[in-house]
Amino acid sequence: MQSLGIDVLFKGTNMLRLLKGLWVSVEISLISVALSIVLGLIIGVLMTSKNSVMRFLLRVYLEIVRIMPQMVLLFIVYFGTTRVFGINISAELSAIIVFVFWGTAEMGDLVRGSIKSIPRIQYDSAYALGLNKFQVHFFIIFPQTIRRLIPLSINLVTRMIKTTSLVMMIGIVEVLKVAQQIIEANRKASPNAAFGVFAVVFFLYFIVCWPISRFAVKLEKRWALN
Amino acid sequence: MKKNYLTKIGALLTTTTLAFASLAGCGTAKAESSGAASDATTVEDETPATTDAAEASEEKSDTVYRTLDEIKESGTINIGVFSDKSPFGYVDENGEYAGYDVYFAEKIGEDLGVDINYVSTEAANRIEYLQTGKVDIILANFTVTEERAQEVDFALPYMNVALGVVSPSDAVVESLDAVGADDQIIVISGTTAETYLEKNYPDIKLQKYDAYAEAKTAFENGNAVAWANDNTEVIAFSLENEGFTVGIPSLGDADTIAPAVTKGNESLLTWLNDEIETIGNDNFFHEDYEATLLDTYGKDYEDTLVVEGGKVQ
Repeated sequence: MQSLGIDVLFKGTNMLRLLKGLWVSVEISLISVALSIVLGLIIGVLMTSKNSVMRFLLRVYLEIVRIMPQMVLLFIVYFGTTRVFGINISAELSAIIVFVFWGTAEMGDLVRGSIKSIPRIQYDSAYALGLNKFQVHFFIIFPQTIRRLIPLSINLVTRMIKTTSLVMMIGIVEVLKVAQQIIEANRKASPNAAFGVFAVVFFLYFIVCWPISRFAVKLEKRWALN
Repeated sequence: MKKNYLTKIGALLTTTTLAFASLAGCGTAKAESSGAASDATTVEDETPATTDAAEASEEKSDTVYRTLDEIKESGTINIGVFSDKSPFGYVDENGEYAGYDVYFAEKIGEDLGVDINYVSTEAANRIEYLQTGKVDIILANFTVTEERAQEVDFALPYMNVALGVVSPSDAVVESLDAVGADDQIIVISGTTAETYLEKNYPDIKLQKYDAYAEAKTAFENGNAVAWANDNTEVIAFSLENEGFTVGIPSLGDADTIAPAVTKGNESLLTWLNDEIETIGNDNFFHEDYEATLLDTYGKDYEDTLVVEGGKVQ
């Protein structure tokens, strides 16, 4: 059997570079995910607002995010802002802006869906018990919403982590790019390196995403008991 | 293709304005809640100017680049190179950039007396990098074409190149006319191979990849009948991988590879041209070939590939 080419990872500082690349991906996605969740909660609540102008504007925002590929957004923020406004936004910040812009819209829609899915009777019963508006939302609706949100948002979060591989198009060297560099630099010595290296990259993504889904399962179970 | 792409970006910019406007609509809560969001706000603040700015960007763009003096003053030059295209531009196992293009870049840094900041570029974003002044020079195996020369300024060439087509040895593609209606050919987006095939063989189905490594993997996995790319690439590929033959070693016009700078950056362009001529007197590019390309192409291709002192034979 031919070698799978994992050995190229032990040449020089290759493994270290790959891990550094992974850290770049993780850093960008964690910052973006954290901001998206916070902003998404706010946007989601606003999406259920009674103000139709607000709802319309958020609808347009959501549609734009849905229609535009993240790659185009990255080009617009990184190169477009320089072209049009002459502002130089660093590649990392551009990536975070794009991912937050995307994550907030999708998270917001998930929050909106979760709020809408709470049956009318929950509101009515709460009001009937004499709770005021704030109490109803904060103690009755909000906790139920969060519980429904967990599985939905985990999908979004892991998808965001994997989509960070696009940032190589604006010059950020992240884990997948490092993998390609390693494969290319060794294409003479170990032409089969692609399989081994991509397998390791797969494993690295798995290590990052798996704890997140485990954590989500735990939360779901814990809250289900209540 | 490229024109298309630019107008698309333009149209999308207008849409983003809309997007930002809608963000502005959703209010202060967002802007105050985080650092990154407030950066987005900075952009928003200037959105009213967008419509005019799109028009004005042409005039504005002449201040995008840094002149030779500004580069020297800053002490660092930004050079865009490939990081996954061995042996022209790649990263070795110690994380250092290396290759034919990089060898030349090192010389530029040395003679300018500045440090080099390498930027990892992809074939599809090289022009964008120059037009926004995010790099000073592109040294990423950049083939000189008329279309590109309208967008960026090329210096004197330092390498020859033509297109080539490689295919599996048991089904060698020797003529593009022989490609069947259902067969696909792999190209990398933004390369001359893509433009050439789209223009001259519009009926051939292309399978496009953004990164070199992806295209290579796809080809090795038999996703297409052939792979069209610069002939240096396909020759190297067939020498390194058994079972593949270059059926068409030279396709279309012979082209050259040259460094490129932002359109209008006269001072840097002049310096680069002088540099290429000067170091050509010491046979610098032959030395470069022997240091970086010899292992891949052997002695036979040295005079075919190298352009010394900017003079094409």
